[in-house]
Amino acid sequence: MATQPNLTADKAMKHTVPREDFQMVWPLPPRHRPNLKDYSAASLAAYLATAPLDEVDIADPMYWETDTHWTYFKRLRDESPIHFTGLNANRHRGYWSVTRWADVMAVDTNHQVFSSDAHLGGITLFDMDQDFIMPMFIAMDQPKHDVQRRAVNPIVSGQNLADFETLIRARTQEVLDGLPRGEVFDWVDRVSIELTSRMLATLFDFPQEHRRKLTYWSDIATADPEVPGNLQKDERQGVLMGMLQEFMGLWNERVNLAEPKGDLISMLAHNPATRYMPPMEFMGNLVLLIVGGNDTTRNSITGGLKFLNDNPAEYQKLRENPALIESLVSEIIRYQTPLAHMRRTALEDTILGGQHIRKGDKVVMWYVSGNRDERAIENPDAFIIDRPRARQHMSFGFGIHRCVGNRLAELQLKILWEEIMKRFDNIEVVAEPERVPSAFVKGYKSLMVRIPA
Amino acid sequence: MAKITYIEFNGAEHVVNVSDGISLMEGALGNGVPGIDGDCGGNAACATCHVYIDPAWVPKTGTMTDMEADMLDLADGRQDNSRLACQIHASAALDGLVVRMPETQH
Repeated sequence: MATQPNLTADKAMKHTVPREDFQMVWPLPPRHRPNLKDYSAASLAAYLATAPLDEVDIADPMYWETDTHWTYFKRLRDESPIHFTGLNANRHRGYWSVTRWADVMAVDTNHQVFSSDAHLGGITLFDMDQDFIMPMFIAMDQPKHDVQRRAVNPIVSGQNLADFETLIRARTQEVLDGLPRGEVFDWVDRVSIELTSRMLATLFDFPQEHRRKLTYWSDIATADPEVPGNLQKDERQGVLMGMLQEFMGLWNERVNLAEPKGDLISMLAHNPATRYMPPMEFMGNLVLLIVGGNDTTRNSITGGLKFLNDNPAEYQKLRENPALIESLVSEIIRYQTPLAHMRRTALEDTILGGQHIRKGDKVVMWYVSGNRDERAIENPDAFIIDRPRARQHMSFGFGIHRCVGNRLAELQLKILWEEIMKRFDNIEVVAEPERVPSAFVKGYKSLMVRIPA
Repeated sequence: MAKITYIEFNGAEHVVNVSDGISLMEGALGNGVPGIDGDCGGNAACATCHVYIDPAWVPKTGTMTDMEADMLDLADGRQDNSRLACQIHASAALDGLVVRMPETQH
């Protein structure tokens, strides 16, 4: 086995370790963590308030599970807006954090310099497994990205969304009418997952009775194999291979139909740009569409209820004026930022915010920080449901990789809140949520609530 | 100052005076013209201010950057006279310009 490069803290690292100099080992080397009496939210928040910026690896899941990352990002925005992290580089090779709105925008709109290519590591802070590369259009550059994206874009055309509206509303009504009164239940399971999995099954024309498989695959695709309780790396790959096999069955049923159906599988199977994809690329695009259509909306559905509970005056504003639902939806999506970051790889040396980014460096755009940047958004830490220009947030990303399903997500949330406000004067959150330990999917495992009897 | 006529997909017309140097996206948002969202704030980075330029006016609206062209290529309903309203700035030369909106902004 090749030796690891010497990444100890003798000299300050300023650039990502090149992939050719990096031997990936599994399991990963132990993570360096600060020496604290415990790792509770209170201890971590206190630590992040004064810790030397270079001694923090904010990708560590513990900061996300405890929701304590905010302090650190505010410090980065103020003190070091383009900041290199070398700590734990023997795990992630080192990465730049981009934390201000304007700098995130600059990276997201410069796809000529900042690549999304899966073969360079892809679009998340941690590289895609190099022995299990799943090309998907979000993790491709032009021109291939454009033609594959266009193959699935019609699923969210204006006409299709109009056609979906009645279906989404009927399902939302059914799910809400089935909720218990006067007893505590998990909003994530009963509402967030239920609604998003039904929608996703429709988009794929996947058997509704098996829709929770889609949720399962989505969770597996993004789950960190290191977190105790999650599947190991090999097990995860096995599950994804099983997913591929199941979808290949649907593909084969649909690929030769003279009249293509309107679902995503049929769209991929009948478009020349995607019809001859290798299996791993089909798998990659499935993962993209499943995660993209699932985790994000699910966590915004959960987050919205939590934010209204945390901000009773805003909840009251909504009761008095349901016309605010449209800006409420955008504000929820900003405030949640269901994907905390997207990552790029520099294709050439460049200067960003005064820092020298070297070819091959990992550049992480922290949407979660840009959405709280005081330079771009007034009073950004406040949840304000009638915020002027609420649509101007970066949760969907910008540039050619901007979320393709944003309109559908907004439609689902809008209908949900319309139907909630027609039925329930109040839904109480009764406990702090359990959060997903991930610097990528910023979400909730559970949120216990009660609807008064 | 330019008098700009915005025509929604359903045919509703809105005539607005837009000050010199202000983008047609800002001109719509600032005057409550529906159908233009401007989600990215004017960076040609989201394509939610997609408009069709009345063909007679196309030469006067200037040339597109690569970014604008890339974003329009991924938008629904792309036509030869498609532009992003955030990339066109009002001036006397555009007084009387008519822009139409697509069915959806995406």
